[in-house]
Amino acid sequence: MPDDRSAFSLKALRRRPEMWLLAVILVVGTVFALAARDFLSLPNIIDLLETYSVQSIMAMGLFVVLVSGGIDISFAATASVAQYCAALIATQLGLPAPLVIVAGLLIGTALGCVNAALIHKMRITSIIATIAMMSISFSLLMYFSSGKSIYTLPDWWTDRIVFYQTETAVGDLVRITLPIVTMMVVALFTWAWMTRSSIGRQLYAMGGNPEAARRIGIGIGKLHFVAYGYLGFMAALAGLVQAHRVGESVPNAMYNTELAVLSAAVLGGASLTGGIGTVPGVLLGIVLLAMLQNGLNLLGVSSYFFQIVIGITILISTSITVLSSRRGRRHRIIAEAPGNG
Amino acid sequence: MADETPFLRLTGISKRFGGVKALDGIDWDVKRGEIHCLVGENGCGKSTLIKAVVGVHAPSSGTIEIDGADVPVLDPARAKALGIQVIFQDLSLFPNLSVAENIAIENHLEHALKPVRKERLRGVARDVLRRLNFDLDLSTIVSDLSVAERQIVAIARGLAAQARLIFMDEPTASLTRAEVNRLLAIVSRLKADGIAVVFVSHRLDEVVEIAERVTVMRDGRKVGTWPVAEVDQKRIAHLMTGLDIDHSIVARDMGDAPELLHVEKLSRRGEFADIDFTLHQGEVLGIIGLLGSGRTELALTLFGMHRADAGAITLDGKPLRLSSNRDAVEAGIAYVSEDRLGLGVILPQSIGDNIILAVMKQLAGRFGLIATKSRQKLADDWVKRLSIKVAGTDRPVQTLSGGNQQRVVLAKWLATRPKVLILDSPTVGVDIKNKQGIYEVVAELARQGVGVILISDEVSEVFATCDRVLHMRSGRIIGAEVPGQVSEHEMEERIYA
Ligand SMILES: Nc1ncnc2c1ncn2[C@@H]1O[C@H](COP(=O)(O)OP(=O)(O)OP(=O)(O)O)[C@@H](O)[C@H]1O
Ligand SMILES: [Mg+2]
Repeated sequence: MPDDRSAFSLKALRRRPEMWLLAVILVVGTVFALAARDFLSLPNIIDLLETYSVQSIMAMGLFVVLVSGGIDISFAATASVAQYCAALIATQLGLPAPLVIVAGLLIGTALGCVNAALIHKMRITSIIATIAMMSISFSLLMYFSSGKSIYTLPDWWTDRIVFYQTETAVGDLVRITLPIVTMMVVALFTWAWMTRSSIGRQLYAMGGNPEAARRIGIGIGKLHFVAYGYLGFMAALAGLVQAHRVGESVPNAMYNTELAVLSAAVLGGASLTGGIGTVPGVLLGIVLLAMLQNGLNLLGVSSYFFQIVIGITILISTSITVLSSRRGRRHRIIAEAPGNG
Repeated sequence: MADETPFLRLTGISKRFGGVKALDGIDWDVKRGEIHCLVGENGCGKSTLIKAVVGVHAPSSGTIEIDGADVPVLDPARAKALGIQVIFQDLSLFPNLSVAENIAIENHLEHALKPVRKERLRGVARDVLRRLNFDLDLSTIVSDLSVAERQIVAIARGLAAQARLIFMDEPTASLTRAEVNRLLAIVSRLKADGIAVVFVSHRLDEVVEIAERVTVMRDGRKVGTWPVAEVDQKRIAHLMTGLDIDHSIVARDMGDAPELLHVEKLSRRGEFADIDFTLHQGEVLGIIGLLGSGRTELALTLFGMHRADAGAITLDGKPLRLSSNRDAVEAGIAYVSEDRLGLGVILPQSIGDNIILAVMKQLAGRFGLIATKSRQKLADDWVKRLSIKVAGTDRPVQTLSGGNQQRVVLAKWLATRPKVLILDSPTVGVDIKNKQGIYEVVAELARQGVGVILISDEVSEVFATCDRVLHMRSGRIIGAEVPGQVSEHEMEERIYA
């Protein structure tokens, strides 16, 4: 078999980064656990889970778009818009909870579909289209809200919902709350949907080779709407959960989270060229980022330093995955040396 | 003969790409359950015709009838629903998905919300591969496969779905004779099941072997359709090109010429072992062997892409240490790879830019800038010498036909003016006239003193072009022959034995 893999297998090499990521996480975790005593405590871990639930929900949506071969920069802005509009509906019109939630989610999905339309119908590159959409929706939000936060969210929205709670030996309270449960449900659903449903597999196929997907009769247009619509929906959900956690709607609260989420997804092995990535990988990416941020925080390190560490971690972990798989597989059986016959 | 309506009938199909008229008023039909071969030079419009039928490119004009009924506009999904399958020339696989999923991809198209049953996918894929008598690991990701294995996956995908007509666009391009035979047997079996096959190939021996009817195309027009009994290889070649082509032996004894490249005990674990040979100046040395014989791996090592575990390479009497292909290029070794479309060209870039890619350093003047004029001249020169069919050297490579893309890669490496030129299956997918053109270029280079290593699995090719032929099997050189001293038939026997 011709071994012409090494030259163009970069994609192939990036396929199973989860194992490496897990190793890096274990190393980093051990270091922090030794340096900062609180780091490995149950309350700290649960707290981390809750803090990063919003980003994880967004990451699940972004993951789908990345797999489909696109990229989206506008989801944090979408989340803010959906959250703020829902907050307005709840406070100004006083509509009941289900209507507010559905309205918020619909707004997010609709914004995602606008992205899909721009990308598929107008043939604008996804990064350009979504950067433009980010500026537009975020600026409109700031303009109409004048940057004013909404503090008077109804109780149904801000009341903590605890699914399970227990007390540790030391007397700390540990609670499994709504954001954590939402995140888990979303992750589980996304995972099952992308690996076990036809649409999910079609999305992988489209990300791997869009022209081939078109040629076998996959509806490329429809899939664009599915992927970006799903991200819009997840962004809105994340927005609603974020307001639930902090008890208010601040228009620019989620500004800038898109890059953190994107780094986590890439760190977790989702390819920017499409077709490659897994839900567990992306979650591990978030875990690593969360650990770094929290650990360095506990150690009292400046947040600029954190950015540097993130950058370096991404570089190291991606190079490790590349190098580790570079040893090509060789499997020819070489004939016996010809004897003297 | 109950029903004589053909399965597919085209009337006046034309297709333009900008200014280029790729198809010009094609009238054509395919009967039920027939094996119909489509031949013509590179760029004559064979692939475009197929794509126009299945709606990958909408035809600019003309009508398509299926089963005697007009079908308005086909798109890929509707063509499938009507029972038309295509094995595309560029394979159109999904590099990120497994073999099983690629083969059974259509299972995903049935119902969007239906859960995917992995076992079912694997079952479908296993059945087809068994029918084809190929053994591939179903969970391997396609980007890890070799070119030939990918070709097999593409064929398997075309056969997996229920079809009444299968277009096969150069399905044998990267297969060796043994594999080709298996495919041809399958094609005959399809016919027995009443499935029509349209088979595109540049290997005319295959064509006359399986076809019932042959359609010859030239410059976007149909020359005509003949029952295969009325034409032979020579006649087809003549209809395609308007030329008569003969293969005569050119082997010369180059033993007295100065040694150029000397390889001693070269080994690479798991790939090849104890390779010894000498290449003289101006010699054309053939390396022939079946798929998996280690020939490509050897070439990649000589080109510095892989490192040898043991052994020595000497070039011009000086030991050669290759730690990358850049070293090889600098030492004067050029390599035209087997997987041209994967490795050889940058598809969206212009033809001119691709040709100068490997010589940018030499072309660059002060400050590392390249004069447009010298670039243009070089590109035009090679386009002419290799008679590449282009609308202009500023057009992107991806607008060329498959065979012409290949010649762009050849031009790129010839522009480096190498001392040693390694050609890995250089004429796969190239039409006969231009095969001849490439052989002439090779002969011309050899006359200028370039040493050429020609890797191939077509005996007729090495027989007609090489001075000496090494025979590789299972990673070792097991024999050397001189064309003329053994007959082509004898050589074939030894290789396929
Ligand atoms: N997408 C495209 N855009 C512009 N021109 C194209 C495109 N596809 C094909 N062509 C042109 O149409 C002509 C016919 O190409 P086609 O691929 O059908 O040739 P072919 O007969 O299949 O050749 P080969 O044997 O080399 O595969 C060529 O001149 C080619 O340059
Ligand atoms: Mg073609």
